[in-house]
Amino acid sequence: MNRMYKTFCALLLALLPVVAMAQIDGEFVKPRNGKFLLKNATVVTVTKGTLANTSVFLENGKISKVGTNLSSDGAEVIDCTGLFIYPGIIDGGTRLGLVEVSSVPETVDYADVGNVTPNMQALTTVNPNSEAIGVTRVSGVTTVLTVPSGGLFPGTAALINLNGYTPDQMYGGFKAVAMIFPSSGRRGRFDRRSDEDVKKDGEKALKEANDIWENAKSYLELKKSGATLAYFPEMEQLSKVISGELPLLIEVNAASDIQQAIKWVEGKNIKVIFTGVAEGWRVADEIAKAKIPVVTGPVQELPTRSSDRYDAPYANAGLLAKAGVKVALRTDDEENVRNLPFHAAFAAAYGLGKEEALKAVTINPAEIFGVADQYGSVEAGKRANLIVSTGDPFETRSQIMHVFIDGYRIPMSNRHIRLYQEFLERSPGLKAN
Amino acid sequence: MKKHIYLIAAFLGLGVGISQAQVQKGSVLIKNATVLTVTKGNLESSDVLVQNGIIIQLGKNLTAPAGVNTIDASGKYLMPGIIDAHSHVGLDVVNEGSAPITSEIRMKDVVNPTEIGIYRALAGGVTVSHAMHGSANVVGGQNATLKHRWGSMDPADVIMQDAPRTIKFALGENPTRVHGRGNGIQPRSRMGVEAVIRNGFNEAIQYKKGWEAYQLAKNQKGNTTPPPAYNERLQTLADILDGKIIIHCHSYRADEIYMLINVIKDFNIKKVVFQHTNEGFKVAPEIAEYTMGASVFADWWAYKMEVYYSTAFNAAILQKNGALTSINSDSAELIRHLYHEAAKTQRYGGLTDEEALAMITINPAKQLGIEDKVGSIEVGKQADLVIFEGHPLSSYAVPQMTFVDGVKYFDIKKDNNDQRQWVAATEMVEPIFLRANEEAHRCMQDVDAYFEAFQGAFLKEKH
Repeated sequence: MNRMYKTFCALLLALLPVVAMAQIDGEFVKPRNGKFLLKNATVVTVTKGTLANTSVFLENGKISKVGTNLSSDGAEVIDCTGLFIYPGIIDGGTRLGLVEVSSVPETVDYADVGNVTPNMQALTTVNPNSEAIGVTRVSGVTTVLTVPSGGLFPGTAALINLNGYTPDQMYGGFKAVAMIFPSSGRRGRFDRRSDEDVKKDGEKALKEANDIWENAKSYLELKKSGATLAYFPEMEQLSKVISGELPLLIEVNAASDIQQAIKWVEGKNIKVIFTGVAEGWRVADEIAKAKIPVVTGPVQELPTRSSDRYDAPYANAGLLAKAGVKVALRTDDEENVRNLPFHAAFAAAYGLGKEEALKAVTINPAEIFGVADQYGSVEAGKRANLIVSTGDPFETRSQIMHVFIDGYRIPMSNRHIRLYQEFLERSPGLKAN
Repeated sequence: MKKHIYLIAAFLGLGVGISQAQVQKGSVLIKNATVLTVTKGNLESSDVLVQNGIIIQLGKNLTAPAGVNTIDASGKYLMPGIIDAHSHVGLDVVNEGSAPITSEIRMKDVVNPTEIGIYRALAGGVTVSHAMHGSANVVGGQNATLKHRWGSMDPADVIMQDAPRTIKFALGENPTRVHGRGNGIQPRSRMGVEAVIRNGFNEAIQYKKGWEAYQLAKNQKGNTTPPPAYNERLQTLADILDGKIIIHCHSYRADEIYMLINVIKDFNIKKVVFQHTNEGFKVAPEIAEYTMGASVFADWWAYKMEVYYSTAFNAAILQKNGALTSINSDSAELIRHLYHEAAKTQRYGGLTDEEALAMITINPAKQLGIEDKVGSIEVGKQADLVIFEGHPLSSYAVPQMTFVDGVKYFDIKKDNNDQRQWVAATEMVEPIFLRANEEAHRCMQDVDAYFEAFQGAFLKEKH
């Protein structure tokens, strides 16, 4: 009963600003920046422990102070007594903003024609006004890597914050060239190629990858030597990976493919991140030895083989971490990126542990993406990406009360919530008045 | 002739005898659990005694009769076996997409008791699933209600023989795509969907009248009227009109839901459950008043046009408007954590623990017409039970043991690599399925060709 009452109050509080706003026709609450003092919370910093009765001061888009007895100094004060502050949650791999309705091709922009299109920029096609962005951020996910998919080198992924009116305002300062590593797995049960054909296709793709790589190397060498080059945007982009300017984000899942990819990367002297890594637990030691960081997920996923234990995907992240791999999590989703905290909870329950699971969606992706100076923990000097919740944000019964992105206080509303407000007590109801 | 009938009857009787004899019933005493009965509140550190597959006693300090195993569940939670009102697990095929009405099709004929999805569902605490025909047709096939008695090679053992008949209907994009756009026949639009249903029921009424006229005439002296041709398709529709079958209707938009409510009112049909029902929240008062409620996703939306204007608060709105509401999976992946899906109603609408748990137990039981047998922990009910580490509505909950009819079919301590019962010759070299999740949603399985024809490489969505 007590919990029921608490949940109810929490919800009421969460919806209060929106309910109040809905009273005035035509008025719209925008994200707004300014100075905010989040007072007397339990602050889960991630990197510096958990601090009781602590306040956080936000100004100029940054966390300026974390401490006790902070004076308001003209800031808007938000009483957080009994509440928890966490860093904004980061999803290490999504298609958020690149697709609106996945069965309607006109709204699908994450894949283009061609096998080698690393110059395609995810950031270009991010739709800042996608409904899914508003739906996602009130869950506490404030930042995502959005990744193109399709061919061998489908494009360049970008880290985005889930607030802003242009892609540049949303850009989170990290890009990586995506690669779909040649696969020995099947795309699904509809994939009825013979085993031999699957193998052949994989070998052919790997040969193509090698040829392209050699071309890109030549391109870079010629460029360095000052030669006049024709317009090769694909080679230009790949050469940035070879020169170390951009990392290579390699989607690879089957165990033998992971081993193959480790071998392929060896000696190339490039920055590499593996993503997907569904069968990583089978070769965790090898990944650890190669010191390649991993963005794995989705956690709530079926095992890749019928003979696998039912919990293989739940346990994968934990087994990778135990072997010494640096692990971040992803949903690999578009409209339901909001479920990332729950994926993290499953990883926690099946071996990763709560503390590591929290890191896997905050500081670890920030470090893997080289932006840990700005994201991933509640520390003075970092960007003001944080959330205020009634409890553990991985629990469905907790409510997320406030979200700040780049110092902007985000309205806790979206179409899902507005529909709730309109239809909970429909008028007219069953009978016309 | 009569002899033959006796022979056939004896043979059938034998068949039933055998299949029932093979269904195992267990006895067990589960002690010191927090018992979440769902219908009668929570019992702290209490015991549940099961004999021959039936719950016979709830209380404290119960002792096990001789030969009955005791399981100590101290610090753990015990809840009724989870019921999934929308699943395709354990089926070899899902769609017979050859006509807008295929009511003669029976999913009972394609049940595969060795499908690994059944074991994985047990590992998520699911003991009963509603194995449905797909959504390619306006009136699809008759569904099978399964009890997850893992380990048998006989389909009859996993079919819940005492469950009532149900049938799949489907509205909206799927039947109009397959038949209208795919085959150039009605329905091409939501108007056509209504017409197909009304035409079907009216034809069934004519068919019934034909048989009634024949039965009357048969008893007249010197009658030579031949019987009408038997038609399983129309007979099944007639059975729906007679209240013998529960309709489970795939639907998304409020307009099509409202349309079917008007149709059932006109034909005096009472037994309808809406499936998916993403826009059910818009017509929640009507669903509450005229139907057996809605079985919905916790949070799926935006994967196709007809679910773009959804809300994750759907279940809460339906519940608070008095509609009987359940949370389902329609997915071999989601079925593994329906307890977590139900918990999302607390994030999206602040439902109580009791309300949330009911959505995966007693509510779907009611929608499948089996609420007198399963769906809660009560004396006299079948002993389908799950032991959880952690409260089942916590994101960190882990199912430990799952019982069907008092027999333990899942035990996390005994779970091991390769739980398959049987390996197909074609899987001796085991295939690796990447992104299996996309394939796990099988409402439109077996009609891929229709999608490929219209959506090419962008095909992803099959619900």
